[in-house]
Amino acid sequence: MKTLKDAKVGETVQVLRLHGEGPVRRRIMDMGITKGVRLHLRKVAPLGDPIELNVRGYELSLRRADAEMIEIQ
Amino acid sequence: MSLTIALAGNPNCGKTTLFNDLTGSAQYVGNWPGVTVEKKEGRLRGHKEVLIQDLPGIYSLSPYTLEEVVARGYLVRQRPDAIINILDGTNIERSLYLTTQLIELGIPVVVAVNMIDLVRKNGDVIDLAKLGQELGCTVLGMSALKGEGGMAVAEEAIRQAAAGKAGEHPHVFTGSAEHALAHIEEPVSDKAGPGSLRWYAIKLFERDEKAAAELGLDAALAAHLEQHIQDCEKELEDDAESIITNQRYAYISRVVERCVRKKAPQYSLSASDKIDRIVTNRIAALPIFVAVMFLVYWVSMGPFGSFLTDWTNDVLGGEWLQGGTAALLEGWGVADWLVGLIADGIMAGVGAVLGFVPQMLVLFLMLSVLEDLGYMARIAFILDRIFRRFGLSGKSFIPMLIGSGCGVPGVMASRTIENDRDRKMTIMTTCFIPCGAKMPIIGLFAGALFGGSSLVALSAYFAGVAAIVLSGILLKKCRAFAGEVAPFVMELPAYHLPSGKNVLHATWERGWSFIKRAGTVILASSVILWFLQGFGFGEAGFGMVEDNNSSLLASVGGAVAFLFAPLGFGDWQSAVATVTGLIAKENVVNTFGVLFHVGGEAAEDDAGLWAAVALHYTQLSAYSFMLFNLLCAPCFAAMGAIRREMNNGRWTAAAIGYMCAFAYGASLAVYQLGGLVTGECGFGPGTLAALAVLAGFVWLLVRPAQTGAVRSQGRLAAAAQ
Repeated sequence: MKTLKDAKVGETVQVLRLHGEGPVRRRIMDMGITKGVRLHLRKVAPLGDPIELNVRGYELSLRRADAEMIEIQ
Repeated sequence: MSLTIALAGNPNCGKTTLFNDLTGSAQYVGNWPGVTVEKKEGRLRGHKEVLIQDLPGIYSLSPYTLEEVVARGYLVRQRPDAIINILDGTNIERSLYLTTQLIELGIPVVVAVNMIDLVRKNGDVIDLAKLGQELGCTVLGMSALKGEGGMAVAEEAIRQAAAGKAGEHPHVFTGSAEHALAHIEEPVSDKAGPGSLRWYAIKLFERDEKAAAELGLDAALAAHLEQHIQDCEKELEDDAESIITNQRYAYISRVVERCVRKKAPQYSLSASDKIDRIVTNRIAALPIFVAVMFLVYWVSMGPFGSFLTDWTNDVLGGEWLQGGTAALLEGWGVADWLVGLIADGIMAGVGAVLGFVPQMLVLFLMLSVLEDLGYMARIAFILDRIFRRFGLSGKSFIPMLIGSGCGVPGVMASRTIENDRDRKMTIMTTCFIPCGAKMPIIGLFAGALFGGSSLVALSAYFAGVAAIVLSGILLKKCRAFAGEVAPFVMELPAYHLPSGKNVLHATWERGWSFIKRAGTVILASSVILWFLQGFGFGEAGFGMVEDNNSSLLASVGGAVAFLFAPLGFGDWQSAVATVTGLIAKENVVNTFGVLFHVGGEAAEDDAGLWAAVALHYTQLSAYSFMLFNLLCAPCFAAMGAIRREMNNGRWTAAAIGYMCAFAYGASLAVYQLGGLVTGECGFGPGTLAALAVLAGFVWLLVRPAQTGAVRSQGRLAAAAQ
């Protein structure tokens, strides 16, 4: 299973599904990361975590641990 | 006829600017009952009968974050007459996600597309009329920053509020989801009002426990609804929450496709992204951060800031207020004790409050600029990796940095941290950092007993940082902090040039709230301490005493001194000095001067004082005393700030109690175990107590985190009441 954690900077990926449950998952979905949406991995923070992505036309940052919940193609 | 209009929108959408524009200076700022979330309301300019209620910036009406719970509790229970939903026109897709939820509440909604000037500048086109048709409500364009269109939006909201009719619900959900929603609506239609039926149906479908509890569903009906939900989930092979979210975004994508034309290709770099290529660059980010922080610190705490504080304290507070009042009262022939009370008690107290204000205003000015600019979010992005290890946010860095100058603005700076849990934890730990007023204490002991070694000051900072790190790890495992997971799913808003009006407004508001709330605490405690210090049983019975040695405070000191014996300073002088340190930490040095009869105003580098202190303490007991005074409860001003920011008496007490307990434990361990090594104290009950404290502390650090998930849900529910 490939997750967003494995994506490389500059890559554009499509979301297959979201794993996990509870508030973090809901929050991720509320922020626009839903099934089928395309994400562009913009950069990684200076200390290696979190990551920054472009989703639905805006910039969102996310921890790697949470990015693991997002399965991509 | 009085109307209430609520302002709702995402964070960073320009809501505050619009609010300021609509209400002018007629605002009331407070907190939502029982929580640290700020509540603002005000009267619409030129329409006294219209109340504008600002809601916290939110992305959704989910039941999870405190802000969302507060906003949704207000919307569902108070039901304002109309909602103005502000959208960031440059970020319309995600903004509309909240809009689709607001519309379902059955309250008239006016959608205000903000930053419409920027949209046009970018060459994008938003068909507002068509968007209105799709959503079933009025959509207007505006630019809050330029003050254009805001009033038109408000007037439209008044019209709709007066008409009291919400628009038709757009067809957001399709297929079996819509089918299931219709099935849910049918049996609950008599429980929910006709206006909010849709809202409740969707929430029930999402298995939102709060909504279910509000409707008071019985078990049979709940089971019946659950069947419909499960059928739909099976058919769509997804869980209910995801189905709703996915369909909302799918609907929004369709609407956006029809109503918005973007000029720039997808994922192209906007101006903001180009700035970020440097500012959050892997190599440059940290140096830039250090430079920005240095600038903030240097301006607010450096020469300029200290000049302001000194001037306010010495000239404005000391000479004019205190001295002037004393001279005036003495001229009138007022009794000595009354002059003392007013000049040394009340005026000195007022002066102590005012003394912090100018420096704080300067600091808040800069913080407001950084916030408005969008740099605060970048700080969290850059530092998250380090701070989340001990349960704090990257944004906790600023309060701590400022705290090394003065704890009062440091604590107040915690307001920039959105997450409630991170904010509380930051408030509790910021005062561990040695502030400027603690420097004289360090200087005194370093000079008197450690040959002026700079290692003493260094170790004080080290102890402060260690206290924060350890507290973070320890506290995040506590019940009260666990469970409320803080998802770090954060928007990095586009950079904006800050608006001068906004920045000044935010600065003044923070400064004023400090004067008001902290002022009362500081004033009351100053008067009490003035009384204790100035009165006592002298030769002529009870009355004013010249000498601190015979004051009530000395008696109190003598009574509590035994508490400090295990820490190595069980004499009443140390106890009194510690208590006077609560007014202001630098008082500890003055108090020693008085108590040891050094005479005159004793400074921390006074040779006579050094000699007296050196006789009184050993190196170890001196270090223990210093450590205790650095870590224990901060001065009254800082406590007032903690009270203001916590907005809750119990949390304030918990914070201060925690600091004192931590300081006591640390000093106990240092003195007893250190004493064992140097031979100053033998093995005894004290040693055992120190070992027990140390063991307990280690256990608190390494124990598994307490799961407080259920409890925290309950707390959120309680907060919403």
